[in-house]
Amino acid sequence: MRVPKARGRVLVAMSGGVDSSVAAALLLEAGYDIAGVTMKLWGGPSDTGCCSVSDVDDARWVADQLGVEHHVFNFGDDFERDVVEPYVADHAAGRTPNPCVECNRHIKFRRLTHRADALGFELLATGHHARIVTTDEGLRIGRGVDAAKDQSYVLHMLDAGVLDRLLLPVGEMTKEEVRRQAEALGLVTAAKPDSQDVCFITAAAGRRRFLGERIGVRPGRIVDTAGHQVGAVDALELVTVGQRRGLGAVGGGSPRYVLDVDAASATVTVGDRAELDCAVTPLEDWHWANGPMEGPLGVQTSAHGAAAPAVIDADGTAVHWAEPRRAVAPGQSVVAYAGDIVVGGGTAARPVPRPVP
Amino acid sequence: MAEPSGEPEIYLDHAASTPLRPAARDAWLAVAEKHHANPTGSHLAAREARRALDGARSLAAAVLGADPGEIVFTSGGSEADNMAVRGALGHRGTGAAAVTTEAEHHAVHDPVERSGGVFVGVDERGIVDLEALADVLEACERDVAVVSVIAVNNETGSITPLPEVARVVRDLAPGALLHTDAVQAVNWIDVATETADYDLVSVTGHKVGSPVGTGVLVVREGVELDPLIVGGGQERGRRAGTPDVAGAVSFAAALVETAEQRDGSVARLRVLRDDLIDGLADRLGDRVLVSAARTNGDRGHIAAGIANVCITGVQSEALLFLMDAAGVRASAASSCSSGAQDPSHVLAAMGVPREVALGSLRLSLGHTTVAPDIDRAVEVISESVERLDRFEGG
Repeated sequence: MRVPKARGRVLVAMSGGVDSSVAAALLLEAGYDIAGVTMKLWGGPSDTGCCSVSDVDDARWVADQLGVEHHVFNFGDDFERDVVEPYVADHAAGRTPNPCVECNRHIKFRRLTHRADALGFELLATGHHARIVTTDEGLRIGRGVDAAKDQSYVLHMLDAGVLDRLLLPVGEMTKEEVRRQAEALGLVTAAKPDSQDVCFITAAAGRRRFLGERIGVRPGRIVDTAGHQVGAVDALELVTVGQRRGLGAVGGGSPRYVLDVDAASATVTVGDRAELDCAVTPLEDWHWANGPMEGPLGVQTSAHGAAAPAVIDADGTAVHWAEPRRAVAPGQSVVAYAGDIVVGGGTAARPVPRPVP
Repeated sequence: MAEPSGEPEIYLDHAASTPLRPAARDAWLAVAEKHHANPTGSHLAAREARRALDGARSLAAAVLGADPGEIVFTSGGSEADNMAVRGALGHRGTGAAAVTTEAEHHAVHDPVERSGGVFVGVDERGIVDLEALADVLEACERDVAVVSVIAVNNETGSITPLPEVARVVRDLAPGALLHTDAVQAVNWIDVATETADYDLVSVTGHKVGSPVGTGVLVVREGVELDPLIVGGGQERGRRAGTPDVAGAVSFAAALVETAEQRDGSVARLRVLRDDLIDGLADRLGDRVLVSAARTNGDRGHIAAGIANVCITGVQSEALLFLMDAAGVRASAASSCSSGAQDPSHVLAAMGVPREVALGSLRLSLGHTTVAPDIDRAVEVISESVERLDRFEGG
């Protein structure tokens, strides 16, 4: 485990899952003075393994097992404002947002960090599968040891200011090792399943119901690349670029993929697989960790996808793929790696839409 | 930063639960050690237990201004409140309505809400608006089974003028049962006099210094409720289950002592409570708002030992953490089952803006509070607020 320069008490974000339970246990074992905190972010229904009263209980039980204090902070208002509302607005605009990234950016590593400062905790820890790597240019977020569980993608925005006081103990371990450790310590969360998907969207009711209650969903027309209507969707806000299923029978024959969603005209453009491929993906809000990097980087566009070789414009306006690849849904995070180290991140923008004849 | 356990404790959360009174502890132990039998039996040991229970019933009745036969022992205030609301609705049958205020404890609020009942607004002091109550009762086309008002608000300490409410209800809804949640009230007002017109009165032990787990619903002679718990027919069929004799005897002892000491402790704690509020206002200025007061000087309608203040610009969750670390135990307005702080529905009903309510602090004094506690609390709270100011409210 990397030993940060800063010394003092550690506030450990404990979700009630096995990773953060083991993170707390490891820090205690390493001699840190720790306290656990569970953030209550979402008060609505959830069946995806997050933020429920039983998760808070699990975190508290683990803290009791370890003999450390446990607290609950309600950041529900912040979560609503900084995560849920932008998520809804993105869907309304025909984009496909990444709320876990925004939660990390705004809640876990800004709101919680401020709270930790106010309460006198010098250090912060979470159970994320990622590593903090010392490079010549300073601290960087890097991939966790377990490639299948790596979460560096959703932590890409962390800068040296946060990394300097952050501890990610389980990033050095595989998930199997984490579970073994939890079992060895007899932690009540040892066999708990991993949380899935977006915590505030229930698996049972799904995005349709959630968005339907918030903003209502609108029907849209489906057109081909020549502008001819070939079908209709009943919820434009649920359509994602790259999607194939759920479009109904459009245009008979070969499978059709969503190429573009235009919220303003409520139009979904579809085409065949080859038309989905692109050589360039426009970017917005790009941030280089330490200035522009020339030459090919590994660029990842989804939480569990592999990185593909590409070059990113120095000004962060576009990623140029080495090989044509499936279009990235606007709103998704785009993260660049040099080897296993995050060197930049931003968001996929919408390509200049094809003119609809 | 010191561990919370490292500092001497200043306990200012009596409205949540107050420390055990020695008299209540002695009473509990005497019964628990001696009366092992089930008081519903017929043998000598059972009869002795029964006698102890009846003794407790008589003492509680005297304090509460009831006949012994009107005392129904329950597991606590929440059960008593549920029994009053749901028991009244259940007895009246479908279509009947429960009416209550927007500033109730959840133990009344939630059963009324679940039954599709009617809520009456409160004024900016948290006290039921009598005109609104009259309007609701006149306009209600359903059979009103029960009207419930809180006697002393658990969050703000606001004291309801119970006789005035009773006059309105008897005049406009003569068929309704009248209930008051007096769980906080015994410490601060003469419940026997104030609730004389009420059919149903809830109280609980751990707010007066006996262990958690025993409460009472006063059910006046002739008032009929559907029981929540049926079984062995105990408590005259109104509440089944083997009676907790030790709990009842201990509760009665605590009730008697609380009532005997009330006038003196109200006078004593009012001075300390005012010192606390004024001390905070001196240190922190006009950002200290007394939630239930029209002005910060106006506290006549607030129970003597309760100070609900909102401190603007800080979040009570962070403030309570720092206070706890310095040994001062208190709470925000209300907390949900997960332990997280949620903004109070009572403050919202009083028209307190959400951003102000997020800085609410309920400081409640009780029988163990002494003057140095107040000085220390003012110091700790002020320092905590000043620290949070440096971090934008935490």
